[in-house]
Amino acid sequence: MNKTLIRVENLKKWFPLKRGFFASLFGSEVYVRAVDGISFNIYEGEIFGLAGESGSGKTTTGRLILRLIEPTEGKIYFEDTDITNLKSKELKPYRRRMQIIFQDPYESLNPRMTVYDIITEPLRVHKIGEGEEERLELAYKILESVQLIPPEEFLYRFPHELSGGQRQRVAIARALILRPKFIVADEPISMLDMSIRAEILNLMLNLKKEYGLTYLYITHDLATARYICDRIAIMYLGKIVELGSMDSVLENPLHPYTRALLAAVPVPDPDIKIGEIPIKGEIPSPINIPSGCRFHPRCPYAKEICRSKEPELKEIEYQHFVACHLYSNGR
Amino acid sequence: MPLLSVRDLKMFYQVERGFVKAVNDVTFDLNRGEALGIAGESGCGKSSLALTILRILPPNARIMGGSILLEGQDLLKMNEEILRKEVRWKRISIVFQGAMNALNPVFKVGDQIAEAILLHENISKDEALDRARELLKLVGISPSRADNYPHEFSGGMRQRVMIAMALACNPDIVIADEPTTALDVIVQAQILKLLKDLRSKLNLSLILITHDLSIISEICDKVAIMYAGKIVEYGSTHEIFKNPLHPYTQGLISAIPSIRGPKRQLQSIPGTPPDLLNPPPGCPFHPRCPYADSTCKSEIPPVISLGRSRYVMCHKIEEVNER
Repeated sequence: MNKTLIRVENLKKWFPLKRGFFASLFGSEVYVRAVDGISFNIYEGEIFGLAGESGSGKTTTGRLILRLIEPTEGKIYFEDTDITNLKSKELKPYRRRMQIIFQDPYESLNPRMTVYDIITEPLRVHKIGEGEEERLELAYKILESVQLIPPEEFLYRFPHELSGGQRQRVAIARALILRPKFIVADEPISMLDMSIRAEILNLMLNLKKEYGLTYLYITHDLATARYICDRIAIMYLGKIVELGSMDSVLENPLHPYTRALLAAVPVPDPDIKIGEIPIKGEIPSPINIPSGCRFHPRCPYAKEICRSKEPELKEIEYQHFVACHLYSNGR
Repeated sequence: MPLLSVRDLKMFYQVERGFVKAVNDVTFDLNRGEALGIAGESGCGKSSLALTILRILPPNARIMGGSILLEGQDLLKMNEEILRKEVRWKRISIVFQGAMNALNPVFKVGDQIAEAILLHENISKDEALDRARELLKLVGISPSRADNYPHEFSGGMRQRVMIAMALACNPDIVIADEPTTALDVIVQAQILKLLKDLRSKLNLSLILITHDLSIISEICDKVAIMYAGKIVEYGSTHEIFKNPLHPYTQGLISAIPSIRGPKRQLQSIPGTPPDLLNPPPGCPFHPRCPYADSTCKSEIPPVISLGRSRYVMCHKIEEVNER
């Protein structure tokens, strides 16, 4: 499992902020530093979680990896190939192998297209399949894989005739039909009802086995991340603050932010209550990022050095990384 | 006597094709100082139930029967004018879903809270503003921020303002409809803690409406599980989570992942919630229920009472729970 499929190096995405004409004449450009220098690997066959609160840059990271938006700085590798600067023609074979499932199945499917048109569109774009017959066959197969059974009952329906869970299955089928290796799943269940979430998570796990997939699972929900992820990175204001195996991060969270996040998750057991949340306030705007460690204004342990120097992501335990000055003395 | 007692409440929406049976024979009690969680999936009628209790329904809503007794007085029989002046906000108030976006962007936050007070109480504007500042303090916001506009607050703080507004006239009951849905997990924890504190400080009764059972287990004493406009199971939070009896409740509980405890396989409930325009005959859950038989398909299950504050609506309760 240790073969690297995706590698990201010092990835940055700064969105320029639109300002008034005069403000832009005098004074420097202002940026939203959505992703601000992150590096990680995703191994083949694993589910890598990217978790954080809104505004932490997790969705932007997913889109950068797929080259749906252009990075400001940094490198993206897919199976050792640097795909950061590939032109659209050169990128096309890679596009086939990397797909995305969006958050909201009510928004991500074209309401005027039938299920058949939706799931075979990628085939037409990539000119796969000789004629409609072969495409129909592929469509049948993929609908069976996502358990929309029998396929003929779903093929010619429109999205509005489907439930939320069924729509998300169609979105998954659309991502899968090109037989990708890597799928970015951006909050794939957050818009779905509780009773249906488990179904989609289990489907994703089954498909992973059946198709040999690797996922980047973007979420704000650590409970579902625990259910499906092998490793997880916790993001805060465009930086990774902690990265490790799901179990080690859960059992032994190192970063004060990770600890607060974990402490804040409600547990579906009336005997376990949320304890004191050790941090105050809310995530600041990514326009005015605090100096030094960007978490220091909310951190109960902040020292002098935290205000001035940005901590680096360091391996503290085996394969468990944290960016925090509390661990700087080689503990 | 319970503070609020809802009996056989029925509220349907009239649409071209018939009636959407959003609240269909709902019965529950709420005592003073108690927190009741109403859980269910989208479209099960839980928000409609809240609107019915306050009688703030759209024009096509029809209350078809039942009663809502607030200390013995039936709100459904009350004159609208008296209800508006004496009950709504003064006795029962509500924090709406996504409420933090309901603040008016062009008025100061303090003025908006004061407005709610002035509508119900005969006091001067200055007194109302003082009260607004106190309320802000109560929900953990510095009183000096009464002169700020909504855009100067973060999402979590705006939600606190909405809670302050709901408390403006010292109500006995606050209904919170998905109060934390749009919030991040740390902010959510802060708001839940605030609700808990306020409850004990003011001896408030709380009705918390949510699809997220974890939140209910966090702050509620009792739970009502709603499905297709009906409460299919009702009981103390402890009983519902530790010993769920209805197959739907069991399904819901085994579908939610937890960050603590042993990792287990999640089970999903097959199928989708029914269309309330044409709910299935008999037990509304039968098309998704693994135990359903011919009785379930034709007869509405009886309400089986198990002790003073626990009931379940199911034909097959013994079979489901023999294990």
